[in-house]
Amino acid sequence: MTVLNVNGKQHEVDADPRTPLLYVLRNDLALNAAKFGCGLGQCGACTVLVDHNPVFSCVTPIAALEGRYIRTVEDLGSADKPGPVQRAFIEEQAAQCGYCIPGMMMRAQALLEKNAAPSDAQIREAMAPNLCRCGTQMRILRAVHRAAKLMTVELNEPREVKG
Amino acid sequence: MNAPLTSPTRRMFLATGGALVVSFALRPTASYAQGAKPPQPKLPGSLGKAPYLDAWIGIGGDGTVTVFTGKAELGQGIKTALLQCAAEELDVDPKTVTIVTADTERTANEGYTAGSHSMQDSGTAILNAAAQVRGILIELAATRLNLPAEQLQAKTGAVIANDGRSVAYKDLVTGEALHRVASAQSPLKNVKDFKIIGTPMHRVDIPGKVTGAPMYVQDMRPEGMLHARVVRPPNYGAELVAVDIASVEKLPGVIKVVRDGSFLAVAAQGEFQAIEAMNMLASIAQWRKVAQLPDQGTIHQFLTRLPSQDQVIANKGDPSQQGAHLLRASYTRPYLSHGSIGPSCALALMKGDKLTVWTHSQGVYPLRNSLADMLHMKPEQVHCIQVEGSGCYGHNAADDAAADAALIARAVPGRPIRVQWMREQEHGWEPFGSAMISNVSGAIDDQGRIVAWNYEVWSNTHSTRPGGPAGNLLAAQYLAQPFQPPEPKEIPMPEGGGDRNAIPIYAIPNERVVDHFIPQMPLRVSALRALGAYLNIFAIESFMDELAEAAKADPVDFRLKHLDDPRARDVVTKAAREFGWNKDKLPRGQGRGFAFARYKNLAAYCAIAVEVSVERETGVVRLGRVVAAVDSGQAVNPDGIRNQIEGAIVQSASWTLYEAVTFDRNEVTSVDWSRYPILRFPQAPESIAVHVINRPGEKFLGTGEAGQGPAAAAIANAIADATGARLRDLPLSADRIKQAIGV
Repeated sequence: MTVLNVNGKQHEVDADPRTPLLYVLRNDLALNAAKFGCGLGQCGACTVLVDHNPVFSCVTPIAALEGRYIRTVEDLGSADKPGPVQRAFIEEQAAQCGYCIPGMMMRAQALLEKNAAPSDAQIREAMAPNLCRCGTQMRILRAVHRAAKLMTVELNEPREVKG
Repeated sequence: MNAPLTSPTRRMFLATGGALVVSFALRPTASYAQGAKPPQPKLPGSLGKAPYLDAWIGIGGDGTVTVFTGKAELGQGIKTALLQCAAEELDVDPKTVTIVTADTERTANEGYTAGSHSMQDSGTAILNAAAQVRGILIELAATRLNLPAEQLQAKTGAVIANDGRSVAYKDLVTGEALHRVASAQSPLKNVKDFKIIGTPMHRVDIPGKVTGAPMYVQDMRPEGMLHARVVRPPNYGAELVAVDIASVEKLPGVIKVVRDGSFLAVAAQGEFQAIEAMNMLASIAQWRKVAQLPDQGTIHQFLTRLPSQDQVIANKGDPSQQGAHLLRASYTRPYLSHGSIGPSCALALMKGDKLTVWTHSQGVYPLRNSLADMLHMKPEQVHCIQVEGSGCYGHNAADDAAADAALIARAVPGRPIRVQWMREQEHGWEPFGSAMISNVSGAIDDQGRIVAWNYEVWSNTHSTRPGGPAGNLLAAQYLAQPFQPPEPKEIPMPEGGGDRNAIPIYAIPNERVVDHFIPQMPLRVSALRALGAYLNIFAIESFMDELAEAAKADPVDFRLKHLDDPRARDVVTKAAREFGWNKDKLPRGQGRGFAFARYKNLAAYCAIAVEVSVERETGVVRLGRVVAAVDSGQAVNPDGIRNQIEGAIVQSASWTLYEAVTFDRNEVTSVDWSRYPILRFPQAPESIAVHVINRPGEKFLGTGEAGQGPAAAAIANAIADATGARLRDLPLSADRIKQAIGV
């Protein structure tokens, strides 16, 4: 048994420790967002966050992930309550087939957690590992800029004080 | 996705009440024999293929409107645009409308979702069907309220009378109220009253796609599903001589190894187990290789030496005229990969004598025919349901994955089988876009007018799609009783295949255009977005700049001088103006380029202006501002059109600057993204602005393939402007540019 912390929940996973995380996320945990693209770490469709860093889940065995903090698009929000990165992608209509988009969003999330106001060149550089074949890059770039603004607004909003 | 494993057809609809009875709606036209008159010969769009209104529009007992289309969502946003058509004419909130896409038991047979035809075929059918349904609802309300129809109007899901009374649609449609044959004429709204068509609408599929909803066939996990993988041969045509199946069937999780001739696959409980078993099978299987590939370095000469079927597709005046200047040029493109980000995937379930297949095929009905042929079943025993996959951009391996799943499902009946191809399989075995060659000569007179034009193009086929006999399905060619691929055929004009857009759209008094169709295919090829138009427009629009230079004319002025069609002139003028096109000389290493085409010479108009900078030391091209103007006829979702054109520009930039399928004498070698590099974010243009010229009331012209050709030529023209070097062989790689500018 391997114990994985995914989106803040502990999961006991009965799989060969060599199994790449991607298959466990999709098949054992029914988390659909991360996608199989190449199995080679070349396209980024499988990108998730591990301890705040973007990783290719298609080439990362679960044996390496016990005690690490794994996050997927499902943790960013839901269709009813989309998080800032998701809202930005919806508002910019930044998808065509959309297959690469969850990987894009996780890489953007990782960037924005480290750099709240990246330049266009910084975004392009950070997003370079992820491929989009539909040619949605211009919208994705706009969405990342927008997500940066939405996150800043959210941070500055007065919080509800819990008594 | 907990996919429904029985077909959700008639029973489910009847349970929802209302008048939605789709299986009646799709009854073959034999039912006209029941005394009814046959349908009018010319019904709008695809209505001619499925003339009953309830084949397109359903209104449920709860008032929900369902639209049925035989076209597939491929990421092009077609669902949203079709919903907008229905919602506009029915006067309902588009957010309340649901849409069912291509399904051989629920929707009309609209063939393939290809050729930028969906709006023209399905959009036109749905628009007209919705208008006719609104007419019926008003008629029914008139009877119900005992008022003349003129005193009634449809509004937000109800018919409202001048006297304030109203009846909801759901209370009007009972029984088979909508089961009527469509008329040739529809009570279409005045375009001035459009509120939904022509207004940007957020796509209905995007929220699910950005939140991890099970949107794709890859996301389906029905109860009892097994994961399967196929072991493809080491190269084209290789025969499986021996493989120790028993040793692999002992591996953990493996349920069955399936072998039929040279088709080899494995089904396992877990996905990683299936992959490990596939790898083990691949390492122990013994193959006999038979095929040899031609030399990649001389592939274009090789192709032109093969036998060809030659056809003169344009012949006017005396094309032998020499004019004041005579120019000649030759252009080539390599084989190109569709390169879907998600490898092809399908699910299949064999239950009793019925096969159900979930597929991202572009044509569920044609696929059904070929699957039935391969499995010696009747087409009615095969149910194909389209579920979205990764974007395909033409005929990729979607249908082949469906065939794989079907063969494995037959060997493991009762269990849903999910097959996904590996990256190396998708890149190595998909049918590529054909390599092509074109030769052109053109003469201009001393007034700078083109007086003669000769053009010849050589290409393999641009369609080996399934549809009839099974031979176009990859797996079928490798079975113990193999199916031979049918003889490829050229797609006839006016749309054309290799000769798509080979006839220049410009007013030229003397011209001759010849299509050389090469049936023999050294590499497996089929439809890639824009087909032959990508090379033909690249060639024609590059050559227009070469002629303009010889005529000492500005490239935009030169095009306008030879364009009569006012809509063509409008997009050219619009793109040039929005770009700020001028004759000022740019600094060294910077250039601007322009190109225009009307897709297929009968669909959307698109003009593109590009600025580039070229680093002389390396030949590296950076794309600056890109400005496009597009006329797709009546615009339904303008933001959808912009999204498609932006995508066409970026995808075409990638084809044009970076891409070529590579192969040695044995096999395809560009089998992953390191060996088939495509555009990445740092190489994307600085900006893209797309200007949509809406033409209210005009026919839908489609958009998906309008931009690829013009984008390629605009980039080539900009590179020529920046460097003084004219590159005619695709891709316009840094190496080739460096070589051409001689640094």
